[in-house]
Amino acid sequence: MTTLPTTRATRPPLVRPPLSPPSLARAASTIVWRNLLHIRRMPEMLLDVTVQSVMFVLLFAYVFGGSIAVAGSDYREFLLPGIMVQTMVFSSAVVATGLTNDLQKGIVDRFRSLPIPRSAVLVGRSISSLIHSSIGVAVMGLTGLLIGWRIRNGVVDGVLAFLLLLLFGFAVIWLGIWVGSIMRTVEAVQGFMFTVMFPLTFVANTFAPTESMPTWLRFVAEWNPISAVTQACRELWGNGLPAPADAAWPLQHAVPVSVGWSLVLTAIFAPLAVSAFRRRSRD
Amino acid sequence: MGGTAAVEAIDLVKHFGTNRAVDGVSFVVPEGTVLGLLGPNGAGKTTLVRMLTTLSVPTSGAGRVAGFDVVTQPNEVRRSMGLTGQAATVDEILTGAENLRLVGALYGLPRAYVRDATERLLDRFDLTDAADRMAKTYSGGMRRRLDLAVSLLAAPPILFLDEPTTGLDPKSRSGLWAVLRELVDEGTTLLLTTQYLEEADQLADEIVVVDKGKVIAAGTPTQLKDEAGRASVVVTLTHARDLAAAADLVRAHSPEVHVDRTSRRVTARAGGLGDMTRIAAAFEASSIELDDLGLARPSLDDVFLHLTGHRAEDAEDAEDTDDVEAAEPGPITEGAAP
Repeated sequence: MTTLPTTRATRPPLVRPPLSPPSLARAASTIVWRNLLHIRRMPEMLLDVTVQSVMFVLLFAYVFGGSIAVAGSDYREFLLPGIMVQTMVFSSAVVATGLTNDLQKGIVDRFRSLPIPRSAVLVGRSISSLIHSSIGVAVMGLTGLLIGWRIRNGVVDGVLAFLLLLLFGFAVIWLGIWVGSIMRTVEAVQGFMFTVMFPLTFVANTFAPTESMPTWLRFVAEWNPISAVTQACRELWGNGLPAPADAAWPLQHAVPVSVGWSLVLTAIFAPLAVSAFRRRSRD
Repeated sequence: MGGTAAVEAIDLVKHFGTNRAVDGVSFVVPEGTVLGLLGPNGAGKTTLVRMLTTLSVPTSGAGRVAGFDVVTQPNEVRRSMGLTGQAATVDEILTGAENLRLVGALYGLPRAYVRDATERLLDRFDLTDAADRMAKTYSGGMRRRLDLAVSLLAAPPILFLDEPTTGLDPKSRSGLWAVLRELVDEGTTLLLTTQYLEEADQLADEIVVVDKGKVIAAGTPTQLKDEAGRASVVVTLTHARDLAAAADLVRAHSPEVHVDRTSRRVTARAGGLGDMTRIAAAFEASSIELDDLGLARPSLDDVFLHLTGHRAEDAEDAEDTDDVEAAEPGPITEGAAP
């Protein structure tokens, strides 16, 4: 204190409080708390995974469902796992818009000017996006139960399917972080994600069986990771028959392939996402 | 002031592609003093602050804050300083109090301290009534004050302020100036960037003028004004009929005299106070009646014009975003290329 020039210090000098920079877990959970407060203040943020998804369920179950033939199962049972996977995939859009918004508004800069672990911002974002999507999946599940969807293969497989959904959600979140770090505005992110997510979730076995698709499209659909995860959930929950004998290889081994896809996607997009985010937040 | 250095920039360089946003800037801010980084939009001020606050990695050169290196010891730097960015970076969805709580938790401050400090800071910045309202309902001035309150939560000894009063009305501006002076009185070191010459003149002990990524002048406000040109003695007469006599009288003391009939003014180039006293004595001895006699120094606006060849506002674009430097490469690269 003796080195402080005292010529101007007419007020009592500053007393610094003890700082104990938080661990990654504490910093990330603080950021999750903040993100969840956002959802509580603006419940409309959940529209994408709740009302919109319920509308999809009702639309397909009652409007299109009658004309989609599914072997060995009720269409509504067939539909529910597909919609849940779609909801989970949308969490990549949720994470991307949230991240871009924070970058644009300078919130990420504020966080980065504080003595917290560098990864806390991304970890916090990812966890809150998974919570966001899980709320959607829960709403889907309840809607499903109301219209006749059931988990028929017992608790263990039932829980396993939900864990698989979370794992896949975790994988696609990296895609969201990548897109969110590259794009400059929330509008651009939404436009891009919408354009990518829709064909990706529709050219699959999510809403209709792949058997009736033209050969080339069927090939694309059956190798789509979303199809494997959907098929895995259907098998674990006992919603419909196993994949037909002539279906592509991923659908014949849906559960391990889903896990594999999740790991591969994470391995591809996590490094891209982290380096894009770092580059974005270095300048 | 002979204190130790609180902030040091050592030949800092930042290139964005071909755009040399900051092109070799050095300065020192001694502990407990205020440095004003003055320059037009796109001069590289924000990029400099971002490098010194660990938000941006320098292309080359070094920065030290509280003795810690900004590249190799970012966490120590972050613990030693507070930052109020150009765009008020408060969370709009959280309330004022929650914004403070959020940052308090991220600093790892004790809860009781955060509670007390929140109350104290909200009171100091006149935000107590708005404490439980979402920040998006705040006015621009209130957001700025909340942003500053958040930056002060951990009582940092060094505070960076990037254009703290841009976009504020004159009343909010002078209110913020008063708060900043209080902080300096408490011993805080300030580094503030500004486009407003008046602001630098009002607050800073030292001014560093930057343009196109380079330092073009540095010194105290008075030194800079002296550099821009000599002072002049301005004599305002009571009666216009005395103008000729007054001009003759002044000519005995100054090589360059200008007479303005409509304002009844005689202006003379002067070396300083000495010349003024001599001229005043000469009038005292004469029978010429005066309204006013004084020494006029060039304003910082004149300084800027003198140093850069353009007025400070010329380079200013309508844009007021937080990454102005990165967003508009055109005017910055121009003329700054090797």
